[in-house]
Amino acid sequence: MVVPLVWFAVFKYVPMSNAVLAFKNYNVIKGIWGSDWVGWQNFELFFRNPVFWTLVKNTFVLSVYTVAASFPLAIVLALALNEIRNGLFKRSVQLVTYAPYFISTVVVVSMTILLLSPRLGIVNEGLGFFGVPAIDFLGDPDYFRHIYVWSDVWQTTGYSAVIYLAALAGIDPALHEAARVDGASRLRRILHVDLPGIMPTAVIILVLAVGNIMAIGFEKAFLLQNPLNLSQSEIIATYVYKTGLLNADFSMATAVGLFNSVINLALLLIVNVIAKRITGNGLWS
Amino acid sequence: MTALSEARTSTSRRTERREARAQRIREPRTDRIFLFCVYLLLAVFLAIVLLPLLYIVASSFSSPEAVSAGRVSFWPVDFSLRGYEAVFANPQIVQGYLNSLFYTVVGTIVSVVLTVAIAYPLSRRTLVGRNVVMTLILFTMLFTGGLIPTYLVVQQVGLLDTRWALIVPQAIGVWQVIIARTYFRTAIPDELVEASQLDGCGDLRFLWSVVIPLAKPMIAVVALMYAIMQWNSYFDALIYLKSPDLFPLQLVLRNILILNTYSGGAIDASVVLQRQQLADLLKYSLIVVASVPVLLIYPFVARYFTKGIMVGAVKG
Repeated sequence: MVVPLVWFAVFKYVPMSNAVLAFKNYNVIKGIWGSDWVGWQNFELFFRNPVFWTLVKNTFVLSVYTVAASFPLAIVLALALNEIRNGLFKRSVQLVTYAPYFISTVVVVSMTILLLSPRLGIVNEGLGFFGVPAIDFLGDPDYFRHIYVWSDVWQTTGYSAVIYLAALAGIDPALHEAARVDGASRLRRILHVDLPGIMPTAVIILVLAVGNIMAIGFEKAFLLQNPLNLSQSEIIATYVYKTGLLNADFSMATAVGLFNSVINLALLLIVNVIAKRITGNGLWS
Repeated sequence: MTALSEARTSTSRRTERREARAQRIREPRTDRIFLFCVYLLLAVFLAIVLLPLLYIVASSFSSPEAVSAGRVSFWPVDFSLRGYEAVFANPQIVQGYLNSLFYTVVGTIVSVVLTVAIAYPLSRRTLVGRNVVMTLILFTMLFTGGLIPTYLVVQQVGLLDTRWALIVPQAIGVWQVIIARTYFRTAIPDELVEASQLDGCGDLRFLWSVVIPLAKPMIAVVALMYAIMQWNSYFDALIYLKSPDLFPLQLVLRNILILNTYSGGAIDASVVLQRQQLADLLKYSLIVVASVPVLLIYPFVARYFTKGIMVGAVKG
């Protein structure tokens, strides 16, 4: 009991106190607490930096686009799977769509790069078949968002659908029978029985997704980045990494990270309140 | 979806159909068309996920020449194992593989021990200050110090560029603590604790000889979650490690697959071309080799994973 508590203190709460660096000018010799206070200077510098709006916009757009694409698709997949009888087909669809979730980010990104490569990629092979010249997908910033989002959808849709399937299994069969007796078609039953049935689950998942909009993953964006697509692929998380660990500007990087954490927490709380108002379910209900 | 509920829904559907026939509720014709569309949609989903995987696997079993010429689609061309030979002949990759095994095994053990150690006391109703501790733990899910402050802690503790840097800072997952705590709470009744105390059994002994055997399924799930996380992670290694001989497989993969740093001195043009072709092929084989362990285990654990998510969703 004591060891894990110490662990939480050291690896979760000490970093929170270390976040005071955001208000200091870090000096290696003086240490974190000995460095000079500079107040809000780091934040002011960051807000005035021309890169600021680009970062916020890239982070926000990438994240919202991801949610907008993956959230409905997972529900569609779950509803479709729920309509068909259990058999080999259903099981294999589930098994296959779930699989990519277990593949590492590095591998998914490598696959994406290989498939889209202008020299070898099968996608360009296919385009070439129709007489379209090869496209360097990763070298063109305009493609970056689509590649990011759709590779994400490819990886996570099956996994997310499982959660909805469990919710669908919990719907009272009597409701379906009643609807059938009343002569409702399959589509109508989906609309009026299934969808309301998974609403609570969907709301929670959406709240969590929207609440994490600014916390979009560093891992994938960083791997898909290259000097050519930076204008669209540089997000707050990757900027923090570069400022802090590559340029050793610890104070500035901490300030940017803190700004992000605070915005994210605020978003989560706001979205949660809204969700509660509208549907009566939120987190902590 | 558990097998039980699956069976239940299928039997209920079957009775539904029987009753439907008995009561002469005819399926509207639109339903049949609709059902066809559903099947079609699912087939499309299946194809979209499966084809890229097939393409990678097919390429990995082809000859270097066929891969470089782009002649491979979804079935191996000029079947060869050259790619795999190249993978296992590369010392970086083998070292990375061994490192990853070490991190996964040791990291999982450490994580599970710590998770049980915190989750069990938190599940007991007799613990003073239980809710305060739980709130403090949950709060770390919502708000973190950030990358740099965490990095500085790791630096101060002196873990930089050691194997422990990949194991200790990420040892406990809040989500896993919630799952474990909920499980302990539902599976270990208070009466059991009281009975054992009457028999003069200490807390630690009780935990060891009663709780852990009862919680085996949950521990297996949590261990798998940690293991897969460890196997697939690269970011910690990227920031905390400098020595190449400590690199886990994922970081080696990144260097070879994404940064294209495939070491090998070139001599003349034909050798360069061959090397290039082999390097192309190696990528496909490497992807297969890196993902196989997880994909082999996954069909057996997918069900438990889902259960874990469900348990976590019902906060105790």
